[in-house]
Amino acid sequence: MTETVKTTYNQPNARGYFGEYGGKFVPEILIPVVQQLEEEYLKAIDDPEFLKQYHELLEEYVGRPTKLTFADKLTGHYGKAKIYLKREDLCHTGAHKINNAIGQILLAKRMGKTRIIAETGAGQHGVATATACAKFGLQCIVYMGAEDMERQKLNVDRMQLMGAEVRSVESGSRTLKDATNEAIRDWVTNPEDTFYIIGSVVGPHPYPMMVRNFHRVIGDEARKQILEKEGRLPDYLLACVGGGSNAMGLFYPFIEDDVKIIGIEAAGYGVDSGKTAATITKGSPGILHGSLSYLLHDQNGQIELAHSISAGLDYPGIGPEHSFLHDSKRVEYHSVTDDEAMEAVKLISKKEGIIPALETAHAFAWLEYMMSNTKEDEIIIVNLSGRGDKDMGTISENL
Amino acid sequence: MNRITKKFEDKGSGKLMSLFITAGYPDLESTVDLILGFEENGADLIELGMPFSDPLADGPTIQFSSETAISKGISIDKIFEMVTEIRKSSQIPIILMGYMNPVLRYGVSAFCEKAASVGVDGLILPDIPVEESGLIEKEASSNNLPIIYLVAPNTSDERMKLADQKSGGFVYCVSVTGVTGARDGGEVSQSVATFIERVRTNVTKNPVLVGFGIKSYEDAQAIASNADGFIVGSALIDTIRKSYPNENWKKDVFSFVHSLKFGK
Repeated sequence: MTETVKTTYNQPNARGYFGEYGGKFVPEILIPVVQQLEEEYLKAIDDPEFLKQYHELLEEYVGRPTKLTFADKLTGHYGKAKIYLKREDLCHTGAHKINNAIGQILLAKRMGKTRIIAETGAGQHGVATATACAKFGLQCIVYMGAEDMERQKLNVDRMQLMGAEVRSVESGSRTLKDATNEAIRDWVTNPEDTFYIIGSVVGPHPYPMMVRNFHRVIGDEARKQILEKEGRLPDYLLACVGGGSNAMGLFYPFIEDDVKIIGIEAAGYGVDSGKTAATITKGSPGILHGSLSYLLHDQNGQIELAHSISAGLDYPGIGPEHSFLHDSKRVEYHSVTDDEAMEAVKLISKKEGIIPALETAHAFAWLEYMMSNTKEDEIIIVNLSGRGDKDMGTISENL
Repeated sequence: MNRITKKFEDKGSGKLMSLFITAGYPDLESTVDLILGFEENGADLIELGMPFSDPLADGPTIQFSSETAISKGISIDKIFEMVTEIRKSSQIPIILMGYMNPVLRYGVSAFCEKAASVGVDGLILPDIPVEESGLIEKEASSNNLPIIYLVAPNTSDERMKLADQKSGGFVYCVSVTGVTGARDGGEVSQSVATFIERVRTNVTKNPVLVGFGIKSYEDAQAIASNADGFIVGSALIDTIRKSYPNENWKKDVFSFVHSLKFGK
């Protein structure tokens, strides 16, 4: 297993705050539940047996460590900095989400929970959770917006094939935000036997911290791999950000290094179009789904409908740690449009023979803006967070 | 004296009835009339819901009423206007109940000042547990606006004591683990007696009202037998939903309210 990098960066604090963001803004019924979860999580990650089991599963079942592939054709295309791809698309189930699902399912088992619930947008987290539940023989219920079920039908079929019950959510925008509301309502109703596997670095404390830590393996591996290949750290890290789990996983182990870190949000039709998911670029601090963070909301504090071509980024919030890293200027956040992401899908597919997920394509699209300012002796690591097979329906429509 | 506290002091041996209504449901014009009519028909306190787009502790009924009110253009300023209007003729205690984001967006300080100045008597914020009370506690207290915290069947004795210590007016007992909504008889009352007993042991400073799942006089009497009163929300909104906008819809609603308090 890859060693974890030690840092003095000490976020969140004991109350679950990253600077002024985070916390646990949940109904009283869930307070004992998240408190118990935090206690058990902290015990588990100090337990060598738990860590051994987690890392064994990552190796033997997920297929870690994932490769750090030098993208020679893409590098040649821009003729500037060297581009490396952290290949989370090679994880079992096709995206990074499984790292966290495995971690949380082990915790659920340890806590004696028998019923697993999850929310999903693109379906990747739902698939990862259904996979982990099948592997461990646990009941699995996935809440998914009705609109997402249409655009990600393949993932619905995959979840059902593995024995999960997919519940269609018809309320609100019928996407990830509403699926999350329904999952929380289920959790409030069944706090005793149910474990809620949240799929991103969002939600009440300890989720943002816990999910980040279950994904930090991405960054820990990438750091070791780039040192082996290049003998030095990269100059840039680049990842897409919806809730922000793949980005936090890559960024976290580099947080105290001299590395420029860039997160790319989904601008949808454009940040000023009213149809966007660029939370940091366009939003302001507020409370949704248990934490205080940047949000897309109107002047009355009502949550606005997000829009992105990518279901996984179609969310009006963002993890609280990203809000902190934005305000503290440690990470730069930008956004690209649906069209720019589609162009990136085509470019990466042709140049590298890898069809990236639409989410991931947002990170690649930023290369168009940043490459001309890079130098040939510089190094970029892009988190290739997932593969695009699941998006072929949407991609075909937009070719 | 705060109107809530006075109401409890004056209550005598009966049970107080608190009614929850989403501000702006079924339309912006009806809220004031409804509340005045509720009072005439036996309501002792009013919980006026500030609608939020993502009410994650609420069942389908209050999701629906919230969505309707938002689509009709409800805002916090409009809610303040409603309270101002009610205060012209009524001293019924009014508690604003809602999720924190609209309050945060309005500005916590401005919100508390304005609420107190129009005659609001307290706040219930279901997504603000005592741990997060720092976000509003100071502003509320400097405007003499008590915050009412919730306790649930899975709340520990220690946390009940904390809720009692931090609350003003009363403590809100959530009778079952779950979201808001009317429930079938029996589902609520079975274990609620032992829960209320435990609340009574730990909550000594404040009166207690019990809510979630109450839909009739019989439910209320059974569930609140050891409490100071009861709260009805979803069942009231369901009643409005059934009769609005029939010609005599308000009459039907008021007769339901009367029956909740006094029986048929």
